[in-house]
Amino acid sequence: MLFAPKFLPLLVDSQMHIPDGFLSVLVSVVCWGLTVLGVGVALWRTGQELDERKIPLMGVLGATIFAGQMLNFSVAGGTSGHLMGAAIAAILLGPWPAVLVMTSVVSIQALLFQDGGLLVLGANVFNMAIVGVFVAYGVYQTILTLTRNKPWGTFVGGFVAAWTSIVIASLVVALQLALSGTSPANISVPAMGLIHMVIGAGEGLITIGALAFLYATRRDLLGLAPAGPSRASNRAVWIGGLIIALALAVLSPLASIHPDGLEWVAEEQGFLNTAQDAPYEIIPDYVFPGLPDERVATILAGIVGALIVFGTALGVAYLRHRRQPDTAYEA
Amino acid sequence: MHYHFLDPYRPAKSVLHTLDPRVKLVLTVAFILAVALAPTAAWPLYTLLLALAVAAAVAAELGVTYALKRALLALPFALAALPSLFTLPGARLFSLQIGQWVLTATEPGLQRVLSVVLKSWISMQAAVLLTATTEFPDLLVAMRAIGVPRLLVAIFGLMWRYLFVLVDEAIRLIRARDARSGSPMGQGGRTVWWRARVTGGMAGNLFLRGYERSERIYAAMAARGYDGEVRTFPQPPLNIGQIIVLIGGLISLGALTLLGIWFW
Repeated sequence: MLFAPKFLPLLVDSQMHIPDGFLSVLVSVVCWGLTVLGVGVALWRTGQELDERKIPLMGVLGATIFAGQMLNFSVAGGTSGHLMGAAIAAILLGPWPAVLVMTSVVSIQALLFQDGGLLVLGANVFNMAIVGVFVAYGVYQTILTLTRNKPWGTFVGGFVAAWTSIVIASLVVALQLALSGTSPANISVPAMGLIHMVIGAGEGLITIGALAFLYATRRDLLGLAPAGPSRASNRAVWIGGLIIALALAVLSPLASIHPDGLEWVAEEQGFLNTAQDAPYEIIPDYVFPGLPDERVATILAGIVGALIVFGTALGVAYLRHRRQPDTAYEA
Repeated sequence: MHYHFLDPYRPAKSVLHTLDPRVKLVLTVAFILAVALAPTAAWPLYTLLLALAVAAAVAAELGVTYALKRALLALPFALAALPSLFTLPGARLFSLQIGQWVLTATEPGLQRVLSVVLKSWISMQAAVLLTATTEFPDLLVAMRAIGVPRLLVAIFGLMWRYLFVLVDEAIRLIRARDARSGSPMGQGGRTVWWRARVTGGMAGNLFLRGYERSERIYAAMAARGYDGEVRTFPQPPLNIGQIIVLIGGLISLGALTLLGIWFW
């Protein structure tokens, strides 16, 4: 990035914004359909209870999240953690306004800074603004309910919601790439998943920090998400988000074990124009040490990686909670 | 405002700058669609599309290399397409041995990867040119004209207006952190968890500043008669020259697409 201004690498270092050319036209069009549907419902829901004050609020918060993505901290070995923002938007604004704010962020990034393509904008909005927000909201509400609205539930919920939304969104990206024939599922799913399990931890930690700051200074903002007339639709997002998260957690490993399934779909749709036979003989001797079967090795690596990261994340959240009781945030 | 260079608009009086933003938006999307529809390994077609993009760059009077360079930004994502090099069946090109793994690159694999990267690079040039020659408020009007919902365009507009203010705010926060933790880019300071908490606090702080600013903005807008409706002048109809450019562009892009489908 020799010629680019200093801020640009910060905007492109996550593999979440798909550029044009990486998705097939069919996948792009299907994603546009889903996006128009999701954003349409969000516009309708927000419009129903539209308080004119909300337009400036959502516009400025979109700008805030865009600027917030520039905040980063070094993790190790030159990698850095930074914010996508879907989780914090969902927690603070409620699901539907969060969908609109994230849609604006992703669209402006694509339109102005070419961070993500235009034809694939539907897919990028779907991944980050719809899947990201729904999953974050579903996970957060579940944890909040399980912890009976205890303050530490907000922080653990914030971390897990942020982490899950990043990982699930990255799995959707991997599946879209596989369906487009750009990258085989048995490589893209574990690769995207594992990278974003780490990136998601950064997102989760920043989210905890932001929630802790707001808890200490403006606790009223944590109850900002609207209750009332939109309750039923919020519950729909809650359940929808959980279903998306669970479905992808099950589906994407399956797709990565049986990439033939996806490639079959791709071929049926006629957008893989190379004849394919037995994609498994192509990588001879692709074997992990000590494991005879590549498929077993792939699943095992995925499961072990997920457990380690998830366990560490929960453990750290728990320890932090133990070490710093809630009163510490009020100081 | 220090970060006005964030604005990708490059002022000039070229043909492309004066073209109606509605025509530019539609043609850009059509161009990217045509690139996406081009089949794998259709090298002559890619050359034609690239020539079109370069011709547009010349018409924009920004210097030929401007868009070519800016469009390279998508390249890191090419990593996502790289595995195809080794997984598509076909004639063997070369093998790599990494520890116990042997990766065999194939000819269809190479074609696939190169096609994806090239197509991505060519499409991005069109997007770069669109934003370099069109001011964002004009782009918003164009979006409204092609049917993007009013509420969404209003949010885009307000987001754009305060983007630079909040980016400046974020830069001030980063500068304050750097000034206190003794090393650039926040490298320094205790543990990862501590750094993450500081960064999180900054994000919360930024959110709070944004939220409170939005309340002040709303109060200022309400004081000036804002009632939830953003009113703009109606757009003049396209003149004959603009219509010719639009239709001519769409026809030639359609012809290129058909060429690709028939000959490859």
